[in-house]
Amino acid sequence: MTLDYAAATNKYEPTLGLEVHVELNTNSKMFCSCATEFGASPNTQTCPVCLGLPGALPVVNGKAIESTILIGLALNCSIAPYSRFARKNYFYPDMPKNFQTSQYDEPICVDGYLDVEIETDEGPKTFRVDIERVHMEEDTGKSLHVGGSTGRIHGAEYSLLDYNRAGIPLVEIVTRIIPGTGKYAPQVARAYVTQLRDILRSLGVSDVKMEQGSLRCDANVSLAPIGSGLLGTRSETKNVNSLRSVERALTGEIERQANRLEAGMRIIQETRHFLEESGLTRPGRSKEQAEDYRYFPEPDLVPVTPDAKWIEELRAKLPENPADRRKRLQKEWNVPDSEMNSLINAELVDVVEETIKLGAEPTRARTWWLGEISRLANEKEVAPTTLISTAFVAEIIALITSGDLTDKLARQVVEGVVNGEGSPKEVIEKRGLKVVSDDSALMVAIEAAIAAQPDTAERIRGGNIPAAGALIGAVMKATGGQADAAKVRELLLKHLGQG
Amino acid sequence: MTNIYSTAAEMAAALDKKEITSVELTKAHLERISAVDGKLNAFLHVDNQGALEQAAAVDAKRAKGESLSPLAGVPIAVKDILAQKGIPTTAGSKILEGWRPPYDSTVVAKLKAAGVVILGKTNMDEFAMGSSTENSAYGTTQNPWDLTRTPGGSSGGSAAAVAGFEAPLAIGTDTGGSIRQPAALTGIVGVKPTYGGVSRYGVIAYSSSLDQVGPFARTVLDTALLHEAIAGHDERDSTSIDAPVPQVVAAAKRLDVKGMKIGVIKELSGSGFQAGVSARINESIELLVAAGAEIVEVSCPNFEYALAAYYLIAPSEASSNLARFDSMRYGLRVGDDGSKGAEEVMSATREAGFGKEVKRRIILGTYALSSGYYDAYYGSAQKVRTLVKRDFENAFTKADVLISPVTPTTAFKIGEKSNDPVAMYLSDIATIPVNMAGIGGMSLPVGLADEDGLPVGLQIMAPFMKDDLFYRVGGTLEAALLSKWGKPILSNAPDLAVK
Repeated sequence: MTLDYAAATNKYEPTLGLEVHVELNTNSKMFCSCATEFGASPNTQTCPVCLGLPGALPVVNGKAIESTILIGLALNCSIAPYSRFARKNYFYPDMPKNFQTSQYDEPICVDGYLDVEIETDEGPKTFRVDIERVHMEEDTGKSLHVGGSTGRIHGAEYSLLDYNRAGIPLVEIVTRIIPGTGKYAPQVARAYVTQLRDILRSLGVSDVKMEQGSLRCDANVSLAPIGSGLLGTRSETKNVNSLRSVERALTGEIERQANRLEAGMRIIQETRHFLEESGLTRPGRSKEQAEDYRYFPEPDLVPVTPDAKWIEELRAKLPENPADRRKRLQKEWNVPDSEMNSLINAELVDVVEETIKLGAEPTRARTWWLGEISRLANEKEVAPTTLISTAFVAEIIALITSGDLTDKLARQVVEGVVNGEGSPKEVIEKRGLKVVSDDSALMVAIEAAIAAQPDTAERIRGGNIPAAGALIGAVMKATGGQADAAKVRELLLKHLGQG
Repeated sequence: MTNIYSTAAEMAAALDKKEITSVELTKAHLERISAVDGKLNAFLHVDNQGALEQAAAVDAKRAKGESLSPLAGVPIAVKDILAQKGIPTTAGSKILEGWRPPYDSTVVAKLKAAGVVILGKTNMDEFAMGSSTENSAYGTTQNPWDLTRTPGGSSGGSAAAVAGFEAPLAIGTDTGGSIRQPAALTGIVGVKPTYGGVSRYGVIAYSSSLDQVGPFARTVLDTALLHEAIAGHDERDSTSIDAPVPQVVAAAKRLDVKGMKIGVIKELSGSGFQAGVSARINESIELLVAAGAEIVEVSCPNFEYALAAYYLIAPSEASSNLARFDSMRYGLRVGDDGSKGAEEVMSATREAGFGKEVKRRIILGTYALSSGYYDAYYGSAQKVRTLVKRDFENAFTKADVLISPVTPTTAFKIGEKSNDPVAMYLSDIATIPVNMAGIGGMSLPVGLADEDGLPVGLQIMAPFMKDDLFYRVGGTLEAALLSKWGKPILSNAPDLAVK
């Protein structure tokens, strides 16, 4: 008899712990001036320092320190006035020095928190995730194990090493244990990583692309019988490459652990590797024997001692928390959750806000970005924000609001701008897209339409207002679609004694 | 007449007056090397072609009337621990056999920029671990005073090259006495600058927090000229000091110690020092008094723990620094027959490539950093380091500079201590405290011991970044000794060429 997830969390209480590694988007590496661009040819972004050649020495990237402090501040951490790097000593072929320069017992940011909100059976609920530390370290190189069946080093025929990634600045964000999430543990973890990603994105310190590895999450979880007050043995799941995977991996791992415990087996303290296809995890490295990394302060680097005034300057620069901002904007725009979520998922919140700031009518700003512009972007397979500037969108919307453009004409203007025909003004000029709003010109067309369909006109005079559609259609056709339909309707009805 | 027996300052002056060309001077030294280095084994690599090309380039610049650095055209020997682009660099170890660095260390780059002609790379104890050059994987260096004796170490090759007139100048490194001790044993001047005074970038690390590059020469002024040429802030070395270089050349020329307080360290005198050593030191004290200095006795009670603490800190750092020699990217690779895994090949390479003393220190350091032992060993050693620093600070409140013998004995026989590591370690008992405190010190030849006719070195120590003070005292004492003996101490050494 196996336990499903519901049964598992009915009986066992999960305790979470999350370690998130973030690759900073600095132009140069953590300890040298090599480029950090993703996807370059192997070993082309290396130098004596990040190759660990004899004699080479590290120098800390000041921008990386700034980014880390910003992260710490955004996560409500204290910033240490004195912190140090340490050497974490272990052998691995993709680690050039055979030690990783990291921070150990003197990290730069400590004692923060992040409040995350999830939907529960009882409605929205907020969990506070305590942050133990945020520290800096360098990434390792990448190994490609060739010839084995598993893609792992064991059994491989040979391995290829790429040191482009070696020395890329990494920030590790470590939570304290997160108790009391119950069956919502996977959602809390996902919400935490999501919010963290949004914060990092708003800070502009990382590309936060989980699929490229610039944001990586190691999910620790342990189970104990509900109410026991105990803390079980944990496993640490790696290779969790999407937000969805965070949730899936933990759900699967909680189920696996519960079933082991049910069967009277103990949980082995180990790393586990998440398998995207099956949603299961397979065992990795045992952590039963704590590895001795022989940490000691890095003698090649001086301590990091950020100036208090500088920290306050950085604090003043912090952008609004993305979650708070979303709530505020949703309220200001008065939109339902579904539409807000569409904007968030399409990453359009920023441009919509900016377009509104430039004077556009809010509802139109949202519909244009989500509708026509997104549709064009979809066709071209690019992000909507790359197609057209917020200033141009605001300008077009202003013309719609003033009645100078109809929606139909505006679509043509957008198309023209996107196709590189110039600014909205230039497109209107070149394509001759002005609304015909001269009453006398419209009246000529209206009278012509009445003359062509006298019966219809008679029915309208008799009070059959919906019949006006046919005449309006005829006027629009006659004006090549450039008339404002509402205006045509108004003039027509007035003319036929129904205004 | 300028020749290989001239001082570097005389050579520089003759070059400046175009009485001699750098090519002539370089050829003379290359000839001397080929005549005597079979006896000394001071060089691991002689760069005949490179040296002559460099000399010709300096001559060409001089012919064009370009402004040149003070030492432009003067030859130098460089310890084989400094990376030089394209030139074999082994650090005296088999494990780096065949490695040609793709980059220049900062000191080598500065020498090249100053037009100082690099003759070649000098022998040393493997990875600077030793006090006799007997730990070199490429055979020991002999002392020019007596070929059955060691020139000291670890920079024994550089010291022997200067004492044997193969080069007027040489670069060494000093982690626990590796410049000062061989200078004393070969009767020349050697300086360990303040830690951070000279860049360590490109210097193969032994113990990062103690290693320091420094000059060797036959006179105080020559040493100062070289010191100024290599010193100064380097943005590639975080631990290098961003402050003006002490005015050591001016200090060397000052020849005046009137009113200076000179402290004699109680714990580094009397018993434990060879009688002939103590006699020459006492004579020097009298000469300084005669020159107008005031002598005070100071006590440094924690020096007695310095040696033990050094042999925890240095091996700990070394165990981490040497981890990169894993056969993956450069240097020796043993046993890679296609059937063995990376770890097996690494293990075989390290077994074959590291010498006995290096293995001893790696194991010692690995143990000292292990979890559970860290506090007792590495932690306690760091406390001793603080106490030693404090001893110096107290002493410098009573005296401007401190003096002691450099070594307990004159040059010892090759093989005499090679099987007794502790006896060998004791050779550095007077020099280690300076490294522990990060200050600078000079070894000045002050005469010959009566019992064996071998040179004796006096150590002069100055506070942090006040290296000019030991040049001032050293220059004054050198002049007094010259008038007392009537000729340079080194002129008592046998002429190797005719033997």
